[in-house]
Amino acid sequence: MQQLSTIALVGNPNTGKSTLFNALTGLKQKIANYPGVTVEKKVGFTTISGEKVRVVDLPGTYSLNPKQLDEKIAYEVLAGKYKHEPAPDLAIVLIDASNLDRNLYLATQVMDLGIPVVIALSMIDVAEERGIEIDSKKISEQLGVPVIPIIAKNFGEAEKVIKHIEKNEIAVPGALAWNPGSDLEDAVEYITENWIRSEMDIPQRAWNIEALRFLGNDHAINEIPDLEKQHSLRNVVEKARTQLEKAGKNYSAEEVLRRYDFIEHCTSSSVSTSADVPENISDKIDEFVTHKYAGPVIFAAILLLMFQAIFSWAEPFMNLIDLTFIEAGNWVAETLPEGMLNDLIVEGVIAGLGGVVIFLPQIMFLFFFISILEGTGYMARAAFVMDGFMTRIGLHGRSVVPLMSGFACAIPGIMATRTIENWRDRLITIMVLPFMACSARLPVYALMIAAFIPDTSLFGIITLQGVTFFGLYIFGIVMAILSALVIKQFFSSKEQSPFIMELPAYKMPKWSSVAHNVYDRGKVFVVEAGRIILAISILLWFLASFPNVEIPNGLSSAEGSSELSAETVSQAQLEASYKLEHSYAGQFGHLIEPVIEPLGFDWKIGIGLITSFAAREVMVGTLNTIYSVEDEGEEALSLQKKLQRDINESTGEPVYNVWTALSLMVFFALAMQCMSTIAIVRRETNSWKWPAIMFTYMTGLAYLCSFIVYQVGMSL
Amino acid sequence: MKKLSEFEKTGTVKVINVKGDKALRILEMGITPGVMLNVMRAAPLGFPIEVKIRGYALSLRESEAECIEIESGV
Repeated sequence: MQQLSTIALVGNPNTGKSTLFNALTGLKQKIANYPGVTVEKKVGFTTISGEKVRVVDLPGTYSLNPKQLDEKIAYEVLAGKYKHEPAPDLAIVLIDASNLDRNLYLATQVMDLGIPVVIALSMIDVAEERGIEIDSKKISEQLGVPVIPIIAKNFGEAEKVIKHIEKNEIAVPGALAWNPGSDLEDAVEYITENWIRSEMDIPQRAWNIEALRFLGNDHAINEIPDLEKQHSLRNVVEKARTQLEKAGKNYSAEEVLRRYDFIEHCTSSSVSTSADVPENISDKIDEFVTHKYAGPVIFAAILLLMFQAIFSWAEPFMNLIDLTFIEAGNWVAETLPEGMLNDLIVEGVIAGLGGVVIFLPQIMFLFFFISILEGTGYMARAAFVMDGFMTRIGLHGRSVVPLMSGFACAIPGIMATRTIENWRDRLITIMVLPFMACSARLPVYALMIAAFIPDTSLFGIITLQGVTFFGLYIFGIVMAILSALVIKQFFSSKEQSPFIMELPAYKMPKWSSVAHNVYDRGKVFVVEAGRIILAISILLWFLASFPNVEIPNGLSSAEGSSELSAETVSQAQLEASYKLEHSYAGQFGHLIEPVIEPLGFDWKIGIGLITSFAAREVMVGTLNTIYSVEDEGEEALSLQKKLQRDINESTGEPVYNVWTALSLMVFFALAMQCMSTIAIVRRETNSWKWPAIMFTYMTGLAYLCSFIVYQVGMSL
Repeated sequence: MKKLSEFEKTGTVKVINVKGDKALRILEMGITPGVMLNVMRAAPLGFPIEVKIRGYALSLRESEAECIEIESGV
């Protein structure tokens, strides 16, 4: 065998490529984004003849004539055009035997790239069940590359591919082995000789396929950054196209048709389809699952079950994590000498780490279910059923599951948008997802509704409080839909890539892949988003703890809580309240008071808006501290009472009324007040641009809506 | 010429031509002139539709079905 340093794994989506990748590399994998883009890069290592070899799992693609970013990266890496990834010395193309024609299409393109190619033919078992017999030896002869049958279900089968590479010298397939015909060959040569050779800095082996791209796809021409060069290329390509048309050929279709002719020729002698095919189970299931009326109902039922399970399963783990970090904090607080370092570790680092790990149960359970839905093939059906509804509001059939996840928490929801292949659709879904009323908003809603919305009955058991609560959820959904429609306007229709979605045959999910996926998502969150969350936690701790002010002697009840008898408020609580008010966060709360006054908020809420950036529910804790509410006991009740009794000193009016409460809830429904969301959006979009835009427009919208609610309400 | 988007039934049709700005991807997926295409069902609200081609199932939106010219009753 030849010396290998990098192997690329190529294949259509849904072929079990990641299963093969896992089998080849085990757990020795690195997942990151390709630089500057949102396409995930998976790299691992395997051993071939005792040597360590790098394996790069390229994004799944149907074609090397790319229409989307992830396909473009797959193509550029293979062609040796991509700056941040070394060109592979060998490509393993994974082919789904039950879907041979379309999979071979990609294989014939990879064969044009001038690197050694090995084809791994998987799912022969599925094909056989459908009465398709494939003679892999014959097909290998026809194609001119080694074809190794493997059963994707069986991990040991990956070894067969490695063994073949160890034992044989893998040859580079012949140039344009698929017989393009003389007219197309002439066109390729014309473009190569008159433009590519002199104008492009790419390996010679990629010249043919580059010429074919230019010939059939105007987007490939438009991508040339230098306008003058683009112009000269267009002239050359036009001439080649005219020549082809004179020969009676359609320049945009000829390549595809020729490749399929070649594939049909290859398979005609090596593939036999038995006449009595057993009834296709997938069709039977689909009749029911994608039915006009039953389909949406089944989907809703699956979603409901899924979220109920996530809710009830994740909660004990979240409580355990919460408790563990509190205990750890207490232990450190008592063990280390008192002082700033102690505070930093306990309230900054440990609390911050706890704030990261607390998300893991929900993320991992959600991805457990998503992996199963994807693995069985149901996810594509759900998208099929929902697409009609979702496109009408500017989203995609695949947006539904991430959006619904957003009701539990935006973090796993945003991570789940990865199942949307198209970048534009994925981005719009990410941008509107935080409007879904996540569980962290509940404590704030609960406090405000209990304190300020009268518990009057509307009809029977339906109360005004209940309607307000429900209304806030609907409000979030409506704002998400409106925002999606607006954001959609910023994308030109040109950027809309086709939605041609495969509905893969149903199969049992591979549990090893499910486990792998759950582990990967957890790791990605902790390692990449966790760092940002921890850093912001420490910053927020600093803002709320500094400067270190002297506590004045004889500190009595803090502002606003004067009506309560001193016995219920301990000295420590008063000190904490005093310190917070005079901290940077407190000063900032005072500073922004004029800005938030038109919304009905005072400086105390101002402080809460700052500290709740750690997580929305922190608002309640901050108000507890400001109002010097005891940590233990019936805090909710006493905080509620203190809020109701708080009097504005200058006006003599209560600080809070029903409009303040509504305004605050509207603000919480819309504002981007969650650093963990910011961190995960940064990770999933691979830039600070989108989290910055998200923060600005959501918070701006929140300000506007709260302003309207309060001002209109007060003038009534 | 009849378009696939106008074929409001289920059943087998023959692909005659693929045109328009989305033609390349549709062709690449194996919907090439001459092949038989089986319309399986439509999603709620009429689109997308599920079709079978070359032994696998594919979902097409209305805008994509518009690019495909067909001959029915074959």
